Amino acid sequence: MKFNGLFKKNKYITLSEGNTVKGTKTSPNIPDGMWVKCPKCSCTIYKEDLEKTLNVCKKCGHHFRISANMRISQIADEGSFKEINGNLKSRNPLNYPDYDKKINSLIEKTGINEAVVTGICGINGNPVVLAVMDSNFIMGSMGSVVGEKITRAIETAIDKKLPIIIFTASGGARMQEGMLSLLQMAKTTSALSKLNQAGNLYISVITDPTTGGVSASFAQVADIVLAEPDAIIGFAGRRVIEQTIKQKLPDEFQKAEFALEKGFIDIIVPRNSMKETLSDLLRLHKIQEVK
Amino acid sequence: MSYMEFEKSKKELINKIDDLKILSKTEKINLDTEINLLEAKVKKMELEFYSNLTPWDKLTIARLVERPTALHYINSIFKDFIEFHGDRYFGDDKALVGGIASFEGIPVTVIGQQKGMNIKDNIKRNFGMVNPEGYRKSLRLMKQAEKFGRPIICFIDTPGAFCGIGAEERGQGEAIGRNLLEMAGIKTPIVSIVIGEGGSGGALALAASEKVYMLEHSVYSLLSPEGFASILWKDSSRAKEAAGIMRITAQDLLQLKIIDGIIKEPLGGAHRDIDTTAANMKMVIEKSLSI
Repeated sequence: MKFNGLFKKNKYITLSEGNTVKGTKTSPNIPDGMWVKCPKCSCTIYKEDLEKTLNVCKKCGHHFRISANMRISQIADEGSFKEINGNLKSRNPLNYPDYDKKINSLIEKTGINEAVVTGICGINGNPVVLAVMDSNFIMGSMGSVVGEKITRAIETAIDKKLPIIIFTASGGARMQEGMLSLLQMAKTTSALSKLNQAGNLYISVITDPTTGGVSASFAQVADIVLAEPDAIIGFAGRRVIEQTIKQKLPDEFQKAEFALEKGFIDIIVPRNSMKETLSDLLRLHKIQEVK
Repeated sequence: MSYMEFEKSKKELINKIDDLKILSKTEKINLDTEINLLEAKVKKMELEFYSNLTPWDKLTIARLVERPTALHYINSIFKDFIEFHGDRYFGDDKALVGGIASFEGIPVTVIGQQKGMNIKDNIKRNFGMVNPEGYRKSLRLMKQAEKFGRPIICFIDTPGAFCGIGAEERGQGEAIGRNLLEMAGIKTPIVSIVIGEGGSGGALALAASEKVYMLEHSVYSLLSPEGFASILWKDSSRAKEAAGIMRITAQDLLQLKIIDGIIKEPLGGAHRDIDTTAANMKMVIEKSLSI
């Protein structure tokens, strides 16, 4: 009886050990990163579609965090961005274990040398110094190199008599560099003091998240402070405040809309009109030549 | 041996000496050699211990309730101190005191973060944690000093800027950032002295000065070692280990050239002899103002 039992359930193919993956469930074969989930409305978005809408959710308007390079491509006129100080690299002043290794692997992963990219570019033809922070690089934290690059960008603006725009995104000071990180707050603001005396325009654009040492130095002291919708802006982290006061904070606490209400932001600008708003502001600040 | 353990065993020894003294009096036996020997031993122990303090010991000393506060020094170094109140926008922050006084015959502005001298006082002073209105009061007094050409002397003693709902609503980050920016442009000399705990941006807001000095057993750091351990290792109980690597002591910071000098404290800490500490401080202020 050749066919006996052939169509019964106990007939199965055995695989050798090498072909099996233990403990994993089978799932459809979709390459990683093709789809993203919106953290606000939980809808699933095709990644290419998301990029077409400047990384803003079409359904709920959530502004995804974006890399410095993507930001520059959205703001600067095509091909106009010239990076400055792209070769500065952090050292390990406290000899914090594996800090160098972490920096090296992040340089490789993100393609940028530190948590801020600085340069000169045009925005609808208006020349400007642009500094863009990147939260993918140790949460955009400010250590010696970030402070130095921001400071040099401000000094470049003074030297070249240009306005400066800084896009902030930072969890605060870089822990691994200790006191040297704290001093960057004094250094960057001291450069801004010189910029103010020189009379150059400074616009800061607060993006998600801007907290700690960056919120308490150059982020909120600009001539004009813009913010992206829903961006978190605050000095102390939410968790720290909740622990201090032993109660839960409302959802809207420390959002850009909250800061606008309290009087610390000039305008909330959605990403799709950011470039136009910036170029309008730059145009209105152009020095009129006396005839 | 930690600070607490040392002070405990020292006290036991001193009690023994006292017992011996009483015994020699009541029983009329001459125990002078034994007593002298023990007293010499205590002295040697103290010298040895206090010249080898760990960062954690220094932090413990810097946080002692009996440690002299800003007002202690203001009252013993300056004459005719008149305290001014209020930021003119919101209120008066009692965690920050300031006003005018006379130093060696010249009028000066003095500003200090004020911790409480006991538990009750500490609640009134918010444990030296300054709110935005405190920083705005400080800036107001600095601007006033600039107008009248007065040098400014700041005393720093805070665990950090206050983390609470109100502080965020009133722009803690903006207030600190504004202070740093404006301080950089103030034309009269500013001298800052860390007298206890110099915690984070909250401390820096009074220390973006020409000259920064620290008392021998004070600390100045990016944030508290508890916060550092909690952020980097998700475990605030490893604070002692964090204190060890953060380089928070006056000696470390002088080596890193972050501060300009160290002010000597009497053996055992400033609280043992406020007058001597104040006299040492006075000499340094005199020198840095080159009177």
